[in-house]
Amino acid sequence: MTDLSHIRNFAIIAHIDHGKSTLADRMIQMCGGLDDREMKEQVLDSMDIERERGITIKAQTVRLTWQAADGQTYAINLMDTPGHVDFSYEVSRSLAACEGALLVVDASQGVEAQTLANVYLALENDLEIVPVLNKIDLPAAEPERIKEQIEDVIGIDASDALMISAKTGQGVPEVLEALVKRLPPPQGEVDNPPKALLVDSWYDPYLGVITLVRVIDGTFRKGMKMRMMRTEAVHPIDKVGMFTPKLVETESLSAGEMGFIMAGIKSVADTQVGDTLTDDRKPCETPLPGFRPSVPVVWCGLFPVDTSDFETLRDSLAKLRLNDASFEFQMETSAALGFGFRCGFLGLLHMEIIQERLTREFDLDLITTAPSVVYKMHLTNGEYLELHNPADMPDPVLIDSIEEPWVKATIIVPDEYLGPVLKLCTERRGIQLDLTYAGARAMAVYKLPLNEIVFDFYDRLKSISRGYASFDYDMDEYTESDLVKVSILVNNEPVDALAFVAHRTQADFRGRQICERLKDLIPRHMFKIPLQAAIGGRVIARETISAMRKDVTAKCYGGDVSRKRKLLEKQKEGKKKMRQFGKVEIPQSAFIEALRMKEG
Amino acid sequence: MTSSDTTDPTADPDDEGFGLYVHWPWCLSKCPYCDFNSHVIADPDHAAWARAYVRELDTLAAMEAMDPAAPATRRPLTSVFFGGGTPSLMAPGTVAAVLDAAARHWPLADDLEVTLEANPGAVDRARFTALRAAGVGRLSLGVQALDDAALRFLGRRHDAGEALAALDLARAVFPRVSLDLIYARPGQTPDAWAAELDRALGFAPDHLSLYQLTIEKGTAFFAAHRDGAFALPDEDTAADLFDLTRETTAAAGLPAYETSNHARPGAACRHNLVYWRGGDYVGLGPGAHGRLGGVATRTIAAPAGWLAQVAREGHGLQARTPLSPPDRAVELLMMGLRLTEGIHAARFERLSGLPLADALDPAGLATMIDLGFVTRDGPWLRATAEGQTRLDAVLAHIAA
Repeated sequence: MTDLSHIRNFAIIAHIDHGKSTLADRMIQMCGGLDDREMKEQVLDSMDIERERGITIKAQTVRLTWQAADGQTYAINLMDTPGHVDFSYEVSRSLAACEGALLVVDASQGVEAQTLANVYLALENDLEIVPVLNKIDLPAAEPERIKEQIEDVIGIDASDALMISAKTGQGVPEVLEALVKRLPPPQGEVDNPPKALLVDSWYDPYLGVITLVRVIDGTFRKGMKMRMMRTEAVHPIDKVGMFTPKLVETESLSAGEMGFIMAGIKSVADTQVGDTLTDDRKPCETPLPGFRPSVPVVWCGLFPVDTSDFETLRDSLAKLRLNDASFEFQMETSAALGFGFRCGFLGLLHMEIIQERLTREFDLDLITTAPSVVYKMHLTNGEYLELHNPADMPDPVLIDSIEEPWVKATIIVPDEYLGPVLKLCTERRGIQLDLTYAGARAMAVYKLPLNEIVFDFYDRLKSISRGYASFDYDMDEYTESDLVKVSILVNNEPVDALAFVAHRTQADFRGRQICERLKDLIPRHMFKIPLQAAIGGRVIARETISAMRKDVTAKCYGGDVSRKRKLLEKQKEGKKKMRQFGKVEIPQSAFIEALRMKEG
Repeated sequence: MTSSDTTDPTADPDDEGFGLYVHWPWCLSKCPYCDFNSHVIADPDHAAWARAYVRELDTLAAMEAMDPAAPATRRPLTSVFFGGGTPSLMAPGTVAAVLDAAARHWPLADDLEVTLEANPGAVDRARFTALRAAGVGRLSLGVQALDDAALRFLGRRHDAGEALAALDLARAVFPRVSLDLIYARPGQTPDAWAAELDRALGFAPDHLSLYQLTIEKGTAFFAAHRDGAFALPDEDTAADLFDLTRETTAAAGLPAYETSNHARPGAACRHNLVYWRGGDYVGLGPGAHGRLGGVATRTIAAPAGWLAQVAREGHGLQARTPLSPPDRAVELLMMGLRLTEGIHAARFERLSGLPLADALDPAGLATMIDLGFVTRDGPWLRATAEGQTRLDAVLAHIAA
């Protein structure tokens, strides 16, 4: 047990590529957590997807042992938090486990929207912020300008910002010193009943569920019956310990410390982020504030390409949910796609991650339908329902009113790209709430309907700003809206998986665009295929895919046969990746690609 | 006139013929569109090649004779085809040696067809006369285009004048001559192709192989095309050109008997018909494929590697793969539907061991018949002219 005065708990807030992982690696190295041989690039992000995308999905902690200039040894706990808007609740719980945060900003790039959102979360949690300018060794570094920007945009004092290069190690010891000097030690009473914040949890096939905790009061030790106050589950503790980043078992975890608890828990659904852990026999009085059960905001359909994979998909979803209780799935039947699942996610990145993991880790070929938000429907008969799937939209005559969710979005962009960004927001029915300038960058705050950003808003934003715009959003409120269901007919048959909900003013335009896109996405067939978009019985757009005219191998003699046979077999295999709708085969990717709007 | 008349009046569903393919891998230069097993060499060792061919043929014939599945009496050889590469570069003595060796192993059909491919740039009267004397009766001349700019684009060593001179010479020496042309070239309009095709028909050939230019992996054209150096005609233009070709050749009395091959009645290439009808053939030389009693054979493609293995083991075989009935069935479908005559159900079942109906996807077949791309006519399954234009897609629909 370390005395509270010699503990510091901190998180790192940084935009992607601003150097969070490199700095963390460097600190681990300097504190002797891993020797050179054990260091692999970006120690913390352990999932393939995390490494490839440079994002953190699961929180992690690392205990660093630092011999400070004052001659004392400190236990400095690094809380590696998820860094994406989809996980803002998880981020807020990770931050709540800390007393301070390093705000790492690229000394040439400056503050980005995502950083801003996380700094505000840190400030809400009363964290001490230590600004750090990274990459000062690069010729493009402009530390003075960036300091000014930090002060203007975030409103914190950046005069004593640390100047570092995480890559070379320059200034990193000073960062560790600043954590000791500038961060307050954790508050807490070792003698009070045990109380800990559940920061995150994951499922390990050998060890069961591992919960990551920050102990507030008291001591947790092996054998203690631990109670989770929200879920009211009770489990005897098997093991406690910490990560250095290696897993190290300890006798106990006490007030102020961060580490793990294993208690024979079978599913992460039992361990909700933000829950309070205590001693079942001698519980603390009140749970920690700030708990919120996770609610999926974006839904889409996932269907196996090969219908015989349905059970595999169900098992795979169940396995993923063992490790991520924040997504939901329920069986869905589509006339077009057969049996699949309607799945709910915390946001778009979360959705992509789950899809990618299903494909990679479970080797499933999936058809994904367009993401949709949850609409609140008030029917004329007084009934109320929440619509997760556009295909299930009731007949318009039965609908009294529909509410749709809105978000508050913050966009930071160099002012030369501001025009197109504002135009994009307007096209997507955005309402401007604020527009401010800091140096050569503008910050626009908009209220936007979630359904206008769930699909390709971020891609479009990146493309019109050449990648310079950064974007973040928070869920706002539900508002009544004039929405209609647009059906898509392929060869005169409605394809339910292509139906979507749009604002009435946008329906014609979107319907036209989808027909145009489908014309490119569905390969020519042996016959011509009419494509139509319709609201109820009224056709609002139409296109035609002309019939295939030529597809024949010019030369085929004795020597070629085996190769050509394999080509034909491959072609037949490829046809399996198409879904048959009446006589038309639609490539699986078309269900998502059709939604992607063209430039303009 | 039924379509079988247009291919070969002797077409007999019980007999596909039996062929020998001889691969000569050498060329004077590599054409940018060619993905065949061809290599450039200044001066091959002709004596060594002749020895190797004869040695490999002896071995393959002995293997065939020992195969328990082989017919009790040796079947007559109906065709020999020297392909390449540029086989007109072969020493006539090599051609004669191969034909002599073949005659030692198999009875030769009375009407044995011996074809040799030639490039207009690599011929003279003496060579043609010597090849004729060696036993070549049919010359397939790679003219490719009748336009100098197009010939340069195709990387050919000859110009149009040389091609025509070679054609005149060939017709004087060989009883049968065929011309190859490549069309649907970048920028080629239907009018321009119609004029070129009319000129070719003006020479009164009895056989024309007319190929649309396709871009194959591993060729110089592949990279150039990918990098946008040129573009092929779009699908609609290619379809127009294909239809135009079929109409024009039919009107001139050389209707298509196969996707890209056109002949006067009785003048079809009997050797190639062996492939398309699913018959057996021996594959001799580097990179040659063979089909013998349901076994696919393939030799080493690299000339030096092939020579070395023949010297060591008597043959250059790299693989002997027995084909399953479904594999055979797919091959027969792919090859047979290229023919205007189509596929004979009895032949299909005899060669593949599967009834034709079992090799077809009933729903796909019904759709293709509905759309007019395929017809059933007694024992014959046929792709219509419209079906020929889209044959690869038709196959993907009808193959079970």
